[in-house]
Amino acid sequence: MNSLLRSLWHYRGFVLGSVKREFQARYVDSLLGAGWAVLNPLAMIVVYTVIFSQLMQSRLPGVANVFGYSIFLCAGVLTWGLFSEIVSRSAQVFIEHGDLIKKLNFPRICLPAIVLAGALLNFSIIFGLFSVFLVLSGNFPGWSYFSLVPVLLLVIAMAAGLGLALGVLNVFFRDVGQALGVVLQFWFWFTPIVYPLSVLPDWARKWVLMNPMTALVGACQDVLVAGRAPDAAALATPALIALVLCLLALWLVRRRAGEMVDEL
Amino acid sequence: MGHVKVQNLGKAYKQYPNRWSRLAEWVLPWPSTQHPVRWVLQDVNFEIRAGESLGIVGLNGAGKSTLLKLISGLTQATTGSAEVGGNVAALLELGMGFHPGFTGRQNVVMASQLRGLGLDAIAQLMPAIEAFAEIGDYMDQPFRTYSSGMQMRLAFSVATAVRPDVLIVDEALSVGDSYFQHKSFARIRQFRERGTTLLVVSHDRYAIQTICDRALLLHGGRQAHFGPAQEVLDIYHAMLGDVDKALIRQERSETGHLQVISGNGEAQILGVELLDEAGQPTAAVETGSYAVLLVRARARQALAQLVVGFLIKDRLGQAVYGVNTLRLGETISGLAPGEEFSVRVALQMNLGKGSYSVSLALTAEDSHLADNYEWRDHALVFHVLNTRHPDFVGSTFLEPEMEVSRQLGGCDRFQGAGVAA
Repeated sequence: MNSLLRSLWHYRGFVLGSVKREFQARYVDSLLGAGWAVLNPLAMIVVYTVIFSQLMQSRLPGVANVFGYSIFLCAGVLTWGLFSEIVSRSAQVFIEHGDLIKKLNFPRICLPAIVLAGALLNFSIIFGLFSVFLVLSGNFPGWSYFSLVPVLLLVIAMAAGLGLALGVLNVFFRDVGQALGVVLQFWFWFTPIVYPLSVLPDWARKWVLMNPMTALVGACQDVLVAGRAPDAAALATPALIALVLCLLALWLVRRRAGEMVDEL
Repeated sequence: MGHVKVQNLGKAYKQYPNRWSRLAEWVLPWPSTQHPVRWVLQDVNFEIRAGESLGIVGLNGAGKSTLLKLISGLTQATTGSAEVGGNVAALLELGMGFHPGFTGRQNVVMASQLRGLGLDAIAQLMPAIEAFAEIGDYMDQPFRTYSSGMQMRLAFSVATAVRPDVLIVDEALSVGDSYFQHKSFARIRQFRERGTTLLVVSHDRYAIQTICDRALLLHGGRQAHFGPAQEVLDIYHAMLGDVDKALIRQERSETGHLQVISGNGEAQILGVELLDEAGQPTAAVETGSYAVLLVRARARQALAQLVVGFLIKDRLGQAVYGVNTLRLGETISGLAPGEEFSVRVALQMNLGKGSYSVSLALTAEDSHLADNYEWRDHALVFHVLNTRHPDFVGSTFLEPEMEVSRQLGGCDRFQGAGVAA
C-alpha cells in the first residue's frame, strides 16, 4: 500500500499531465475549445431545471419550492454520474492501455488514478455550475452544503474500489466489461434518482434500501433539497461497503497484477 | 550498478482448455490442475557485468522478446529471477504513449513523464531532445503531421534522452533513414562507452558483432549458447543454414580456436592449409605476398554437384573477401562416394596486419542455405605481417603510389587527394 502511494507520488506529474491532456484532447481541434467542457453540463442543468420546473411543473411531494424536483433530480444525477463514470472507465482502463502496459515500465496504479482524477475534474465543473445555479435561484442550502464532502468521498471510495476490482477482473474475463453496462442501467433505476424513495410501495422500498447508493444519493438530495445534513448512522453501511470494496481491489491488484500483462 | 544477473529464468503461459476453466480455477475451493502451461523460456542463466554489452540472437519464436520483457520487469518470471542493478530503459517499441493530436513538444513532455521525469527535468532536457531529433519547426506541429521517419526520430530522441544504467533495445536500431540510423547507433555506442550495460536483440549480425562483447543464443526457448559474441554468432549462423538438422558441433582446432561445424555431412572437409610463396605451410604471411589456400575434402556419398567456398574474416568477424568455385567458373560435379579432392586457391594477400580467420563451406549451390554439406567457421586462423611496406591503417592493402605537387595556382586542388587516415 505504502509503495503503491509512493510510486503514485513519484509519477504525479504523469497522472496530472495525463488528466490535463485527456481534457485537452477532447477539445483540441474544436473552435470553442474548453468552452464545450462547460457548455455540455450547462445544457444538462438547464434542461433539468427549466423543463421540469417550468414546463412540466413537476413537484416533489412535500416540497413547496418550484425548483424542488429539479434540484432533487440534479443532486441524484450528478452524484450518480460521478459514480458511474469512475466505475465504467476504471473497468476498461487496463484493457484500453494494454499496449502501454506491455511495452513500458511504469506504475500501473497511475492508470486508474488518471481515471479518478479525470472524473473528479468533470464532476467539479458540472457541480460548480449547479452550485452557481443554487446560489442564483436562492436555493443554496447554507452550511450543510459542506457536509456533502464526506458523502462524496464515500461515493468516490466505493466507485474507485469497485472500478479497480472490475478493471482487474475484466482483463481475465472480458464479460465483466460487457455486463457492467447492463448492470449500471438497472442500478440507476434501482436507485432513487428520478423518483423519490417515498413513492415506492413498501416491498419495493425494502429492496431499494439495500442498495448502498440509495443512502449516498439520498444524503446528497437531503442536503441540497432540504438543507438537512446527513445522518452519520445512515452512512455507516455504505462506508463499510466502500472499505470492503477498496480492500478487495487492492487484494486483486496485488495477487493478479503480474499475471495481467500476459492476458492483454 | 548496471549489472544483469539472470538465474534459472523461465516463463510459462497458462493455457486453458476452454473459457470456463479459468473461472473454475479461480472460484472453486479445491485445488485443480485446470491449466496446462506452455513454456516459452526455460533455464536461462547468465551474468553480465556493468558496462558489458550482450547481443541476444535466435530464430523467430526462440524467446528473445520474452527474455527482454522479463529483464525489463514488464512480465513476471514463472521460475528464477532476473536481477538488474540501476535504472533500466527499454526500447521495446518506439512512440508508445504518443498522441497524434498533440504537438511534438507536448508529446515529449508526456513521454518523459511516463518515464518518471518531472517537469523541471524535462524542460532541461528539451533542447537536447529537440536538437537530436532534428525535426526543426515540426516540433510545434501536431504529431500526426509527421512522416513516420520523423515520428521515429523524435521517439528515439525522447527514449534515450537520459543515459540509463542498463539499456535494452529490441530491433529498434533501425530508426529512420540511414543517416539517423548512424546517429542513433552512435548514441548507443556512446552510452556504452560511458558505462551503460547494453542488451540488444537484433537480426543484424554485424550490428551485434560490432557493438557486443558477449552474445546469447536462444533456441526453442532455451539457452543454446552463451559466450564471446563472435563464437555465438558463428553457431547462430550455422544454425540458420541448418534449421531442421541441427547437426552443429564444435571442435577445438590445434591452435586452440573454437571451430563451429554444421551441415548434413554428405561431404566433409579433411584439412585446410595456407602455403607461403615457398609452398610451405605457414601461419603468417606478408602483406602483398602470394599464398595458396589448400583445401582437401571428401564426398561421403555420390554428389551431383559440389561448391567449395571460403571466406576470410578479420579479427572483428567482418567479411574481408570470400568467393567459391562456382563463381570462379570451376565446377566439381559427379563425385563418387568416398572420392577425395583438393582445391588450391592462389591469393595475393593484400591485407593489413592483424589476425584473420578462414571459414569454409561445402555446398550444393552458391549459398549455404540450400544444401549445406559442411560449413566450418574458424577452419584456419592466420596472421598477416607487414615488414615490406610502409605501415598503414585498415585491413585492405591498396598499393598506394603517392605524388605531391606544390605548384601555386592552377588546378592543384585536384591533386590534394592523399590517403585518408
